[in-house]
Amino acid sequence: MQAIIDYISQPWPWYVSGPLIALTMFILLFAGKQFGMSSNLRTVCSIGGAGKFSDFFRYDWKAHRWNLVVVLGAIIGGYIGANYLTADVQISASAVEQLDQYEIAVNGYMPEALFGNEVFSNPYFLGLLTIGGFLVGFGARYAGGCTSGHAISGLSNLQLPSLIAVVGFFIGGLVMVHLFFPLIF
Amino acid sequence: MRILVYLFTGVFFGIVLYKSEAASWYRIFEMFEFASFHMYGIIGSALALGVAGIAIIKKRKIKPLRGDNMQLNPKEPGFKRYLYGGILFGLGWALAGACPGPMYVLAGAGYIPILIVIAGATLGTFVYGLLRNKLPH
Repeated sequence: MQAIIDYISQPWPWYVSGPLIALTMFILLFAGKQFGMSSNLRTVCSIGGAGKFSDFFRYDWKAHRWNLVVVLGAIIGGYIGANYLTADVQISASAVEQLDQYEIAVNGYMPEALFGNEVFSNPYFLGLLTIGGFLVGFGARYAGGCTSGHAISGLSNLQLPSLIAVVGFFIGGLVMVHLFFPLIF
Repeated sequence: MRILVYLFTGVFFGIVLYKSEAASWYRIFEMFEFASFHMYGIIGSALALGVAGIAIIKKRKIKPLRGDNMQLNPKEPGFKRYLYGGILFGLGWALAGACPGPMYVLAGAGYIPILIVIAGATLGTFVYGLLRNKLPH
């Protein structure tokens, strides 16, 4: 048993992780549902009464409650991963070197400067987290899906709109990391 | 009973995202730096199986265990909304280092500051709802 736990406690290689993500999509398809994580944010807005402000939030959100249960599961999964199966992230030397220039130390799973609790006394980094989150939420709804809905589900279903969205994801990501990061950090 | 299927699927997905390190800010940075094959391998292998599996489902007209048809609805045709929305999403993905799935996983992993990102994402969704009719789609 300990050997198994030790084994799965290592970071999982891509050729294990990728197929397991595909499996997640297939489980939901066979359950008669669609794999997509960002639509939960719309559901939460609707539950919170956003329908008073925009008819975009006036829809049958109760039909999407199942997806909030998936979210609850993902939260529990994150807890299990972090507390029982943990290991430090080891990224490539060139990425470490690049981050070193931005004075972001590569340590643990997430950068301490942004995701350690000290960020709460750093308004600048707090602002970056807020803007990052805002763009993810706004962009995902504008594009009608995120990494799970477009890059995995949509592309697997050979949808041209998903390909356009994923090209957009990469344009945005590359612009952020290569043009904005040197100015931001 | 069905609720347990969704719950366990979520737990499974959460563990996979955590252990694959797709939920790590570092891995997203590394991906956009083209410094490692890791993330491309994850997305690529998920896609290879996804494309093959969905092709088989369509060809054999396989039905889900519940409901009449697989939820394989075509996306609405369009260009601008996908490109513009995609770019905005990508900017945020690289900055926050997390897309919606990993956000929930990181909350469970105990990173309190991710709650700021989730709040921002919820606000972004809300503002999109307000501005939707004024945006090019």
